[in-house]
This record gives sequence, C-alpha cells and structure tokens, in this order.
Amino acid sequence: MSSLSASRRPHPALRWVHKQLFPNLLQSILTLATLGLLLWSVPKVLDWLIFSATFVGSSKADCVGGGACWLPVVNRIDLFVYGFYPDTETWRVNLAFVLAGAIIPLLYFKRIDRRWVLGYMMLLPFVMWWLLKGGLGLSSVSSTQFAGILVTVFLGVIGMLFALPMGILLALGRRSKKPAIKLLCVLYIELVRSVPVITLLFMASLMVQLFLPEGVTIDILARVLIVLVMFTAAYMAETIRGGLQGMAKGQYEAAKALGFSYWKTMSVIILPQVLRNTIPPLLTQFIGLFKETTLVVVVGVLDVVGIAMSTTSAPEWIGLEHEVYLFLAMFFFVICFALSRYARHLEKQLEKSR
Amino acid sequence: MNTVNEPRSVDADAPVAVRIDALNKWYGHFHALKNVSLEVKTGERIVICGPSGSGKSTLIRCVNQLEQHQEGDIVVLGQLLDDHPKRLRQIRREVGMCFQHFNLFPHLSVLKNCTLPQTANLGIAESEAMAYALKLLERVKMREHANKYPGQLSGGQQQRIAIARALCMRPKIMLFDEPTSALDPEMIAEVLEVMVDLAAEGMTMLCVTHEMGFARKVADRVVFMDQGEIVEQAPPEQFFSQPESPRTQQFLNQIINHGVTAG
Ligand SMILES: Nc1ncnc2c1ncn2[C@@H]1O[C@H](COP(=O)(O)OP(=O)(O)OP(=O)(O)O)[C@@H](O)[C@H]1O
Ligand SMILES: [Mg+2]
Repeated sequence: MSSLSASRRPHPALRWVHKQLFPNLLQSILTLATLGLLLWSVPKVLDWLIFSATFVGSSKADCVGGGACWLPVVNRIDLFVYGFYPDTETWRVNLAFVLAGAIIPLLYFKRIDRRWVLGYMMLLPFVMWWLLKGGLGLSSVSSTQFAGILVTVFLGVIGMLFALPMGILLALGRRSKKPAIKLLCVLYIELVRSVPVITLLFMASLMVQLFLPEGVTIDILARVLIVLVMFTAAYMAETIRGGLQGMAKGQYEAAKALGFSYWKTMSVIILPQVLRNTIPPLLTQFIGLFKETTLVVVVGVLDVVGIAMSTTSAPEWIGLEHEVYLFLAMFFFVICFALSRYARHLEKQLEKSR
Repeated sequence: MNTVNEPRSVDADAPVAVRIDALNKWYGHFHALKNVSLEVKTGERIVICGPSGSGKSTLIRCVNQLEQHQEGDIVVLGQLLDDHPKRLRQIRREVGMCFQHFNLFPHLSVLKNCTLPQTANLGIAESEAMAYALKLLERVKMREHANKYPGQLSGGQQQRIAIARALCMRPKIMLFDEPTSALDPEMIAEVLEVMVDLAAEGMTMLCVTHEMGFARKVADRVVFMDQGEIVEQAPPEQFFSQPESPRTQQFLNQIINHGVTAG
C-alpha cells in the first residue's frame, strides 16, 4: 500500500480488503456507508440489549436503566421452558432435551455405526413420549400441562422422527409399480402439499371430533402431532423421491442380479445411500417443521409462542412485547441458524466425498 | 495369463446350463431380439460379440431376467424362467453377473460388498461369509484392499471386486457384459486374467466382450450377433479364420482395423 513498505506484495489481508471492500468507487461508498451505519447502530443496539438493560428485579418498576427490560423472560424462564410441567418432574424434560440433542453429535461422528444411529432415532420418539407423558412407572402428565419450549421441542423432534419413516414409505409408494399404491401415495402427497398446515390443524382440532363417537377424545397433543407428521412426511417424501430418482440404475441391477428382494434392496442398498445424500435437505425440512410448530397456538396448544403471548398480556408485564418477542426470535434464530449451518456443513462434506 | 488347456471342447453330453429357444424381445415397438436360440452346456465358455446395438447386452440380461422377454423360452439350470418373483430370485442367486460399470455398492466396504449378498440372500453366517469373501478377494488379488471403499479403487480393481462379489454367491453360471470396456487399457489385462482363471476352473460363462484375444484363448464358441439376430456361431479358430457370413467378415475387419480393444 504505502511506498515506504519494503515488500512489493501487500499483506494478504490487505489484498482481501482491497478486492472485497474497495474494488471501485461505488463499492467503496457502499462499504463506507455500511460501516457508518454499523458504527452508529451497533453500540445503540448493544446498549439497549445488554448494557442499559435490566436482568434482575421482581417487577416492571425495577426496570429503570432505559434499556430492555428482560424481567418477564428472566422471571418466567421456567414457564417458558417447562410450561406447566410439575416442578418435581422437570428432570424428565431436561433428560428429553439431552436425548433429542444427542442426535446431532451422533450424526456428526462417522465412526459410529449408522445402524446404531438409525436405531436410536427410531426409538427416540417413543422414549420421549414415555418420558414426558409418563406411564410405565413414571407419573402421568396431562397434555394441558405441556407448554413452552417443551411443546416446541416435543412436537418438532417427535414429529420429525415419525415423519421420516412415513416419508420414506410414501416415496417408495409413489415409485411403486402397483398402480393402486402409487395412486394412493400420489393423492396423499399432492393433497397434503396443496393445503396450508393451519387448515389441517384446524381440521384436526375441530373436525376430528365430529367423526369420533361421543365421549371418545384423542389427546390434543397427539392430534396436532399427527397433523405435523402428515404434513412433514408429504414434503419429505418428495425430497426422498428425488434422492431415489438420482440413484444409478446400476445399483438396482446389481442388487437384482445378486438375488436381493425388493425390501432388502431398499433397506440395505438403496435407502442408506439416498438418506446419506438427503440428510442436508431433510435437516432443512426439520428446521421448517420446527418453526411450523408455532402454528399450534391457533388451536389452543401453548407452545413457546403461546407462553410469550400470555406473558405480554399478563397485567404485571404489559407493554414489554418488544423484549418478549425479541427473546422468541432469538430462541428460534439460534436453533435454526445452527441447524442450517450444520446442514450446509454436511452438504459440503458430501460434495467432498463424491 | 495362463492358457486354458487344449482341447477345450466341452463334453458333448454335459447337461445344458442355459437353453434359449426362439426368444423374441421388443422395447416398445423396437424388435431387439429376433428369434434367438442358443444352447450353453455346463462348463462351456461362450463369447458374444457384434456391433453396438446388436442386442448382446439384451440377450445376456434376459438370462437373469434383468430384461423381460415377450416370446420364447429360457431354461436356466433346468428351470423355465417365468415372472414368479421368488423363483426368479432363486435363479439369480445361481447366475452371477458382472457389469460394464462394476456397480459396486459405494456405501459398503469391499469386504461388506462381498459378505452382504451371502448373509442377506444365502442365509450364511457372518463369520463364514467373511472367510469365503476373503478367500475370493485373495483369488482376485484384492485381499489387502478388503477394508477400503469402492470409490478409493481403480476401475480394474473395482471390476475384480465385482467378480469376487458375484462369485460369493457360489454361482453355477457367470454372465459378463463388456467387463473391460470401461477400463483404461493398462487395467484390462488384470481383469481378463481373473476371467481366464475362472474359465480354466470350468465355470460356465457367457461373456459379451470385444477382447478377441480373450475369445481365442478361452472361448469354446464365439457367437456373433447383428441387428438382434445370431448371425453365426463357431469355435474361435474357425470363427476368426473362416467366418462364413459377410457381416461377420465386415465386423472382424473393423475390429482388426481399430485394434483389438475397439468396441
Ligand atoms: N431400455 C431400452 N429401451 C429401449 N431400447 C433399448 C433399451 N435397451 C436397449 N435398447 C435398444 O436395443 C438395442 C440393443 O441394445 P443392447 O444394449 O442389447 O445392444 P448391445 O449389443 O449391447 O450394444 P453395445 O455394444 O453398445 O452395448 C439397441 O438398439 C438399443 O437402442
Ligand atoms: Mg451392451
């Protein structure tokens, strides 16, 4: 840069700055403008979010710093996380979170036999259901006590893990040579994909009751779960179908020539390859499902959004919508962004291994 | 390469391994096989050649029903082929096949490629399957690569593994569909060597190949196909020195002019 500099070639970092930020006049102006905007806004935002914000206190009156008032979140964090789950049983929720989170490292380490991972993922929804809902030695917890992040994670994880096998079956069915099966799967997939989830949720909460005999009720959580599974499965089926179509014909032929049956061909030769290739898009679908779970609030299930809404309308915290919804946004952002980075990372790895 | 012992004539009354009778096959309206009849005795080595699109692949793929035919009968190891799925699987387990593009299972290690068909389809215990797979990998000189994945190996190596994998099913008949034509020239010899060994052991073989050196060395009969028909079949000496049909002569001329490996 400077004529005093001894070396002819500028430092790589400087070259990068030059090339990326100041390649021409227009770009330079934009860079400077952005820089100015950041310099002006970031301190303000940080100040509001953190430095002048109030984290400790017992009521709105304690918020005097002029910044954000995080008290409704801080003081109600148990409600946000565990909902109305019995206090003595919250360890079950924590354990369920840990078990669900364990999928990520399990997928990450390639040393672990894929069959174990698959087995774990198949068992997990049942274990989570049992842990959270109770029965078989655990005290039973009513669905009305489910609320907050608990519901979001419960619906997201169990929904995803049930949707995956169903999506696989639908994808296989759609490619079946048997016309009846094929037609059924196509109808199902296309029907579900052309209706908004929210409609399906209303149907589940209101209409299902019409068809059931008097006195028989299906748990509301089970009902919304079924809707989310049905919905996600239809989309996953399309992703997996794409993977199946991308499979080389030679793989089927080799399997056939070796005398593999249809189900063995699928389960040990085709699907392991397809699933490996479709993990990134499936993970993206999981992110979608995770966000979609917030819609259950319209049928009266209090997920994390429901708790936020009830918090903002509680008399003692009225007027603090910004903070509460910001917290909500950050919660979803952190999880979804991490998952989407992870999906991207897996995708890159797959590209490399080709 | 070791030469197969002369004389290579197969016992005249050896049992029939494959009998194809008046076979007709259409792809839509395209008549791909026209009234093809062929009998292969147990232990016989057949080389099928002919110009591109003449129906060679279609013919041998009918033998294990990777392609279904519309007319005519195919009897493999005494079993008339029909579309009964279970019987078909049974036949396929006794008929090995090697493909032009190997078609190994890329998500499985070399060893697993060889053991999985045994454990899944023959009900053989894992340990026994492993021992047998290693024996066959040794035979195709790939034992030291047993724990690698197909993607880490050269074409020639992959094809040898594909042969070992097919042999793991203890087949009585082996089908080869241009096993060397996707390979770089320097790898062709290593695959042919394995095939020559296999022939020397008395395996019944149907090979689609343009390797005329291989045909001369191991074939009991060379079958020439053109436009969906068998034009001529003869022992290799006769086939190469005095071809009868002008179409055969033309084909042989072309092959000689383009080098032995031309496809
Ligand atoms: N799945 C298919 N659908 C329609 N036509 C096909 C199909 N497979 C093969 N054919 C046609 O049938 C004819 C015979 O094909 P086949 O693959 O048996 O030829 P081949 O002798 O093996 O040729 P090559 O030396 O190029 O492999 C060709 O004309 C081909 O276009
Ligand atoms: Mg061919």
